[in-house]
Amino acid sequence: MNINWFKYSSPQTFYPLAGRMIPWFAWAASIFAVIGLYISFFIAPTDFQQGEAYRIIFVHVPAAWMSMFIYMVMAGWAALGLSLNARLPAMMAQALAPTGAIFTLLALVTGSFWGKPMWGAWWVWDARLTSELILLFLYLGFIALQSSIDDPRKADKAGALLALVGVVNVPIIYFSVKWWNTLHQGSTISMGAAPKMVTTMLLGMLLMALAFWMYTIAVALMRVRCIMLERERASDWVKEQALSVGGNT
Amino acid sequence: MNRAWVTIFKRDILLALRRRSDVATTLFFFLIVASLFPLGIGPEPAVLSSIAPGVLWVAALLAGMLSLTRMFASDFSDGSLEQMLIAPQPLPMLVIAKVLAHWIVCGLPVVLLAPMIGLQYALPNDALLVLVLSLLLGTPALSLIGAIGAALTLGVRGSGLLIALLVLPLYIPVLIFGAGAVAASQHGMSPEAHLSLLAAFSLLSLVLAPFATAAALRISVE
Amino acid sequence: MQWSSWSAFFNMGGYAFYVWFSFGLTALWLVWEVLALRKRSAVALNLAKLLAQDK
Repeated sequence: MNINWFKYSSPQTFYPLAGRMIPWFAWAASIFAVIGLYISFFIAPTDFQQGEAYRIIFVHVPAAWMSMFIYMVMAGWAALGLSLNARLPAMMAQALAPTGAIFTLLALVTGSFWGKPMWGAWWVWDARLTSELILLFLYLGFIALQSSIDDPRKADKAGALLALVGVVNVPIIYFSVKWWNTLHQGSTISMGAAPKMVTTMLLGMLLMALAFWMYTIAVALMRVRCIMLERERASDWVKEQALSVGGNT
Repeated sequence: MNRAWVTIFKRDILLALRRRSDVATTLFFFLIVASLFPLGIGPEPAVLSSIAPGVLWVAALLAGMLSLTRMFASDFSDGSLEQMLIAPQPLPMLVIAKVLAHWIVCGLPVVLLAPMIGLQYALPNDALLVLVLSLLLGTPALSLIGAIGAALTLGVRGSGLLIALLVLPLYIPVLIFGAGAVAASQHGMSPEAHLSLLAAFSLLSLVLAPFATAAALRISVE
Repeated sequence: MQWSSWSAFFNMGGYAFYVWFSFGLTALWLVWEVLALRKRSAVALNLAKLLAQDK
């Protein structure tokens, strides 16, 4: 197979391609979300220990998964952009960061809304929540660094390097936080192990995770299109694009 | 190779000795942060000694970060950094020379001052020893990781605040193992596991961080 | 089916506030992100259009 990847990686050809892909991923996200929500609320049985409050994990756990997964994918794009010295992968990394940060924040907030009825406290320094908080800091650092460098190519590269440094550190940080947590005997219920995982519960979480995944792809493509428009606003293809959409000026 | 390395190292030390206020600021900051906590919390020796490992380590992290922005800034503005980038010697080695100089000027004094402050926090003698040992093993990692942040934010507006956001999350393992070592010895446990992990982390940073710093310098200067 | 009535469903076994807030916030946030991106894209296109018509 000899596909010319470089052809697809130029903003000019990728922009319309992404535009055609977005609706598919948006529909996939909606369908997975509807089935996932149906299972989470109507099929999955009540947890005998936690009552109905456990249903928060159907949004909390997938959000937490996505927050970590997006960071890995972002670092992957960053590495690709750095090694090929290409623009599109770097823009993809930049497009993923805010969505990853949003999922991290959602995982934190829903985690604390799960923790309040379960632990009786809005915040508990358990290993997962703490790691999630640190992950949020890593995302914010990446976004802050990129937005404070004016030259976009330089911002791409600096951000990519930071993402790679972060991804090397994430396992170490996670290990150290776990170590810290076991030493300072904290919570007795941990989030993942608490409800006895019935298959339908797992299925609900998986479907919600898939919905979030498809959503992430759709939104990242939307954002990468915005980034392309903003960076290349003086180029001819952007002007053609702008004139062809019409609308009010 | 060795000559360039020694030259850079000596030059950085010499420059720091000429501007003694930098060293003084770091030390003074460490001292004042550590002295604020008893004022905020109260002078109970039992309370103070239980928070001492965390407070002293956090103060050391923050004090070490103050001087990070200056690690490459003067070389960047007078053009000698560009000379280093095109020098025949491998850049990561030169970075190690600069980081070592930074650590001797800004890290080592904090390590030496720490037991004095530890006394104010009613730390027993063996915990003081572990405190010095943990700082000795951990602060080089702070300088090494900090160098990546300093290189990435070179010539960026508001770099002082930005560097804190970039570097502090990466410092967390050092904080956990360092403060944990002191706390373990306070509770009559062996601090060995913590100290070995701390040493392992520092060694890992010594292997990886200079390369990342070198790459970051090339990105920032190009 | 897990619920005897709709009001039991909305009550969530007494945890209504926590459960509905978590899901509601998530939904709200994700929808907001999409809307914000649509706006950002429209602004960028408009700007490009103005630039194009200038010449």
